[in-house]
Amino acid sequence: MKKAKKPEAGTVNSILIRRPIQRLFILFLAPTVAAFCIGFVYPFLKGAYLSFCQFTTTSDAQFIGIGNYIKALKDATFTHAFWYTAMFAVVSLVIINVLAFAVAYVLTMNIKGANLFRTVFFMPNLIGGIVLGYIWSMIFDGILSRYGTSILLDSRFGFWGLIILMCWQQIGYMMIIYIAGLQAVPEDMLEAARIDGANRWQTLWKVTIPNVMPSITICMFLTVTNSFKLFDQNLALTGGAPFTFETAADGTMVSVKQTEMLALNIYNTFYGQSANARGTAQAKAVIFFLLVAAISIFQLRATRSKEVQQ
Amino acid sequence: MNKQKNYSKERRVKTALTVVFSIIAVVYVLPVVIVLLNSFKLNTFVKTATFALPTGEMWAGFTNFIKGMTFGNYPFLKSVLYTVIITLASTFLICLCTSMAAWYISRVNSRLCKIFYYLFVFSMVVPFQMVMFTLSKTADTLHLNTPYTIPIIYLGFGAGLAVFMFSGFVKAIPMEIEEAAAIDGCGPLRTFFNVVLPMLWPTMISVGILEIMWVWNDYLLPYLVLDRNEYMTISIHIQYLQGSYGAVDLGATMALILLSIIPVIVFYLTCQKHIIKGVAAGAVKG
Repeated sequence: MKKAKKPEAGTVNSILIRRPIQRLFILFLAPTVAAFCIGFVYPFLKGAYLSFCQFTTTSDAQFIGIGNYIKALKDATFTHAFWYTAMFAVVSLVIINVLAFAVAYVLTMNIKGANLFRTVFFMPNLIGGIVLGYIWSMIFDGILSRYGTSILLDSRFGFWGLIILMCWQQIGYMMIIYIAGLQAVPEDMLEAARIDGANRWQTLWKVTIPNVMPSITICMFLTVTNSFKLFDQNLALTGGAPFTFETAADGTMVSVKQTEMLALNIYNTFYGQSANARGTAQAKAVIFFLLVAAISIFQLRATRSKEVQQ
Repeated sequence: MNKQKNYSKERRVKTALTVVFSIIAVVYVLPVVIVLLNSFKLNTFVKTATFALPTGEMWAGFTNFIKGMTFGNYPFLKSVLYTVIITLASTFLICLCTSMAAWYISRVNSRLCKIFYYLFVFSMVVPFQMVMFTLSKTADTLHLNTPYTIPIIYLGFGAGLAVFMFSGFVKAIPMEIEEAAAIDGCGPLRTFFNVVLPMLWPTMISVGILEIMWVWNDYLLPYLVLDRNEYMTISIHIQYLQGSYGAVDLGATMALILLSIIPVIVFYLTCQKHIIKGVAAGAVKG
């Protein structure tokens, strides 16, 4: 019976809704698609093509094959930026998530002033990366200048300074996601654990954390992708300083920016002193894109499998 | 008796936590307070006495603010004005166009629509560095390098998340409502604006907030796309003042940073509920 009815409903909906909308393609879909082609599709394809070319502007491109990729992977500044970014991602992943979860856990305990605390902790998220970077560079330099040094002089200061900055900005953001997850933990489950004599610690580990696993996955991947894409804060806080000189494989001296992350490295290669390096820069950008896309796909898989389990 | 003891113990723990968190909260707002203090300090003292109150010889009054207004040979208010124009226009354009596109995609659901939908989703994982060089050249060629045309670039590059969030919601709207509207004689335009759009409102607010936060604070896209000799946004302006070598006037910069934070904080405190909801929705879906 039902099967016989369905096509009919389909036709009704097709005549009433589908076709009339379809006629208004120009109005509904065309503007977004046109802008999307200008702002994304064309630059993306052109960028992918240019990564195989030698060029200084988009019009004088000459196809040279995979030479740019080889140059990019051999570039000491690029590999340094990669490991620096990876290390930053791991450290910030652990610190931000542990602290954000702890804060969210306490704020969902019905303590007095929880709403006020939530407001305060989230606030730095609305301040832009450039402004954040300069606020903190003033603060760090205010402290370090007493010891006769500066955040620009030691890469350790640059690293931990950026970690502190990112914690200040992101803990509030992750906290919001964790709070939403914690509030969705079924109350009767917690009560059952309490009746069975579990203490707070056991309830946390055996009931609460397994139940907020989806939020944990989301937050972990968010912190990792945010670290990889980090640009504004990196540029404003240290701009890559301090620089050291290293001898490259072919004997030339290369200046390696010690606190330069991937996104900034790509930017500096594009708009640095030598316009001849733009092909290499575009190749780096493609590698960077593949890296970020791989993390995102991995995340999608992880969250999907979690959803099935529930 | 035991229960009462437990109860009072828990209350004491909670009070202790409130106290601890109050202290953390104070530390959390300190950076903003330090900016406030330093914006009233003479330039030479910002670096040497960052954490001192601006008293006595350090007190600069409003000179930093006055100086900051024209600092770097570019009026700061002009940057603010351009940032406001770009943010509002982009957000409006993104909300309107992508909600219409998302409705079209979910209702027509042809093969072409599916291709575009997956392209939109795909664009969400592409970092800006991948397209920045070619995008800025394309924008130059098409003369999209003014604050009045840059919203088109924002619509193009930012469409992914917005289309994704809107179509997630449109799929959950029962088709019967639109059918009823169509039977009553509504064309697609009226169905969309009078029936679908009101139902989309909560998602619209979430998307709008995410876009406002993104565009207002964005640095690299406007920096590369805009004609730098004529137009600056707040982020570009502050980077320009600090990043340029030579005499950096920290006092004046702090005054400008303070001025740029104040509207953000006012916006946050007035729409806090929506902002937090929007962020949670965007994160879970993105």
